[in-house]
Amino acid sequence: MQFEFDIQGGDFSSAGKASSDIKKVLKQLNIDPKIVRRIAVALYEAEVNVVAHAYKGVMKVDLDAQKIKIVLEDEGPGIENIEKAMQEGFSTATDEVRQMGFGAGMGLPNIKRNTDEMLLTSVPDQGTRLEFMVRF
Amino acid sequence: MELSRVSQLVKGNIVYESEISPQLEFAFSSDLMSDVLRFHMEKTILITGLSTVQTLRTAEMSNIECIIFARDKKVTDDMIELAAENNISIITTPLTLFEVSGRLYTNGIKPIF
Ligand SMILES: Nc1ncnc2c1ncn2[C@@H]1O[C@H](COP(=O)(O)OP(=O)(O)OP(=O)(O)O)[C@@H](O)[C@H]1O
Ligand SMILES: [Mg+2]
Repeated sequence: MQFEFDIQGGDFSSAGKASSDIKKVLKQLNIDPKIVRRIAVALYEAEVNVVAHAYKGVMKVDLDAQKIKIVLEDEGPGIENIEKAMQEGFSTATDEVRQMGFGAGMGLPNIKRNTDEMLLTSVPDQGTRLEFMVRF
Repeated sequence: MELSRVSQLVKGNIVYESEISPQLEFAFSSDLMSDVLRFHMEKTILITGLSTVQTLRTAEMSNIECIIFARDKKVTDDMIELAAENNISIITTPLTLFEVSGRLYTNGIKPIF
């Protein structure tokens, strides 16, 4: 099964819609609720990162009987130092983003913790690509 | 603990009661959504001062069953719609985050970790 969603930068009113749709599909497939929760958290953190930090992006979801694979690609400022961005507490979030309850610098570490494989790459001033996988 | 008891303890107002009525044992207080998303949240109340659609989304992703909005934060129709979709009950209260936490703690609601 494959799904694709457009994500709009700055649009906090619909942030999480894509993640919500996928979570519902996983629940219907009777996947272990603990695994569904891990995937939902990783998806949502990734989706919010595009909304909070990029201009626009696409989320692609690929699902089979063994695993879920997710790729998010965005156009945006990119990430200068990936290693630093992965550290708990590191954030460049604006005041506006912080007012929405984000910007603790915990999203990427949360994604790492909840997935079996994660790959983050970025070209500064162009965009960011995040890929992750969870086995059922 | 039943939702009505929780609400009574915090002098709250049940703004939305989910169809599947929750049995609540734990609570976590935070305004930081990524902080909330770090933990398992079964049978858990989120106590927060952050009242946005994203608060509901965060609760949805982490399986939180009840949100208490401290200091009479406004709850919009969009938020109630998401609450209904995801079986999340909502209580508002004029009390502060501190007092809500204290009242629930002394009445047996446990920290999540
Ligand atoms: N898609 C992205 N585009 C550009 N920068 C990003 C992107 N995702 C993450 N970053 C950078 O990495 C930092 C850390 O991301 P992380 O998700 O861990 O924290 P945050 O989004 O700032 O806060 P939180 O996720 O806790 O709400 C961000 O502050 C930002 O600088
Ligand atoms: Mg983030």
